[in-house]
Amino acid sequence: MNAITATDLTKRFGDFVAVDRLTFEVGQGEVFGFLGSNGAGKSTTIRMLCGLLKPTSGSAKVGGADVSRDPEGVKRRIGYMSQRFSLYEQLTVDQNIRFFGGIYGLDRERVEARRRFVLDMAGLHGREHTRAADLAGGWRQRLALGCAILHEPPIVFLDEPTGGVDPLSRREFWGLIDRLSASGVTVLVTTHYLDEAEHCHRLAIIHRGLLAALGTTDELKRLFGDRAIVEVHAANPVETMRLLDRMPGIEKTSVFGTSVHAVLKDDPRHSAPALKKRLEAAGVAVTSIDVVQPSLEDVFLEVVERAGH
Amino acid sequence: MRKMMAVARKEFRQIWRDTRTLMTLLFVPAFFLLLYGYALNFDIRHVGLAVDDRDRTMESRALIAAFVNSGYFDLVASVDAAGTTRLMNRNDVGAALVIPSGLGRAVRTAGPAAVQVLLNGDNANTATTVMGYALTIIRSESARYRPATAPSAPLVSAEPRVWYNPALRSTLFLVPGLIAYIAMITAVVSTALSIVREKERGTMEQVRMAPLDAASFVAGKTVPYFVVSLVSALGIIVVAMALFGMPMRGSWLLLLVALSLFLAGALGLGLLISSVADTQQVAFQAALLVSFLPTLMLSGFIFPISSMPRFLQLVTYAVPARYFLIALRGVVLKGVGLEALGRELAALAAFALAVLALASVRLRREWS
Repeated sequence: MNAITATDLTKRFGDFVAVDRLTFEVGQGEVFGFLGSNGAGKSTTIRMLCGLLKPTSGSAKVGGADVSRDPEGVKRRIGYMSQRFSLYEQLTVDQNIRFFGGIYGLDRERVEARRRFVLDMAGLHGREHTRAADLAGGWRQRLALGCAILHEPPIVFLDEPTGGVDPLSRREFWGLIDRLSASGVTVLVTTHYLDEAEHCHRLAIIHRGLLAALGTTDELKRLFGDRAIVEVHAANPVETMRLLDRMPGIEKTSVFGTSVHAVLKDDPRHSAPALKKRLEAAGVAVTSIDVVQPSLEDVFLEVVERAGH
Repeated sequence: MRKMMAVARKEFRQIWRDTRTLMTLLFVPAFFLLLYGYALNFDIRHVGLAVDDRDRTMESRALIAAFVNSGYFDLVASVDAAGTTRLMNRNDVGAALVIPSGLGRAVRTAGPAAVQVLLNGDNANTATTVMGYALTIIRSESARYRPATAPSAPLVSAEPRVWYNPALRSTLFLVPGLIAYIAMITAVVSTALSIVREKERGTMEQVRMAPLDAASFVAGKTVPYFVVSLVSALGIIVVAMALFGMPMRGSWLLLLVALSLFLAGALGLGLLISSVADTQQVAFQAALLVSFLPTLMLSGFIFPISSMPRFLQLVTYAVPARYFLIALRGVVLKGVGLEALGRELAALAAFALAVLALASVRLRREWS
């Protein structure tokens, strides 16, 4: 049975359609990513799936419970952590854990067992009496995750869980998510970090409330079909991009940090050297020019473009 | 129940941890009481007095001495008519006594005599009170000169005696009002802020994701504030007794019942605000508006309800402090019991029930 099923899930706020007929399924133990820019409708979807917001139309089942008819049943089956790591800042690590244990209705022994688990998982031994406000971002994030899964929910929702956290902590955090998934917990995570999205088993790209694409990262990358992507490293990326845009056979370009990606209209793999010559003829010092695999960022831009701005 | 206790325990810890809140709840009230208790005093003493003595006899000097010895007046200067105006304009004096020449002779021959009392009317309340003092002094002085042959007293004389506060000390009247006022503000503000703070910081959303019903959450948040407000209110009552000589003539139990009902209403009001406001700033202002002004103006704390316009009188029925003040003054000053205060307690209970019910409906709607 699927852990999450959404069918034509829709949320309107007045005239604004925040989430538009989303349909997808998430299998048990899967790490399912929601990718989209800010305001795309990711958080609204999560809030509906958690039973916090009533869908305008459509339906969704989470752990077998219907989000409209049985939001309390949904809440018993899920853990939720938001980008704000909503802990009580004046309380200590221990007090936070005990509070959340209390409101989940865990008995004393269970709270004690889970407390040790969370301290282990988050590496917070020796910091039990530190106030949450005094913890660095990474610790707080892991403590927030620990509090969210204190009652061992089979399904966990993470709404932009890595905002404002250093790269090392982010990597560790994804390690934790992998472990959760390996133990059979279903994880639905939203992010706008494309590098993180690679950790997800499957990805849904949401654009303007619509499901613009859905699949594994490999499946999504096949969207480009035969068209090749050429990565150009040159002294002046912006100028290089402008020149490339004017050349024939190039569908579109975008700047990727210090390099430029150009999507070619067909698959003239041999044309990379030709492109280099033309750029150099125009006075650009080209460091390297290679045909590359599409990155998730290429995919994301492609999908968003197809969906229409 | 266990979930509610978890919320309550957390809230107690937060209050304890948050020094600012704790200070606001426990010490600011007592500090307010000291400040207002000493500053808010309607008794008037040491009124500056100018004297324009045109008689200069033994009798005129005796009258001036009577003014000064009363303790209400301080002799600032002996002046002429122009000097009086100048001193009055500069607020150096609040009253002037003009004794026309011929007073001494008139008194000795039992003829009619008049003295003039000029009052600084820029503060009407003070002027009225000072006039009362002056008339009393002059009347008692004039009684000394009454010839032995004249009838010693009017046929019907009044012998006033003021019950419960024989010396008419305004502190005894004001301190109960201050207690109501302070308890109301701290209870409403702290409750409203505590919930809105959770909304602002996102912890509310986190807690809503747990299988926790609105009732446990709200009850768990209210109980600690109820306890702390009760302790704080009892604290200011004790301070009032120790420093302002407020008596305690009635039953502590009855006082506790009245106080609990009053605080329950105040907490309900705080919850109601928290269900409407989304930021602490809005909540704070709303809390001040519904607690501060009505309790100060419309409760009978300072301004008597019976002299308000009809419309405002109707409004006062919805101000819980109105009933609590009657109950508090009744218990501490009069020592009356349930037989005299049943109506007030019922009104307080009704108010508490109404706001708590309204707040829980609103909060539950917001919760799910």
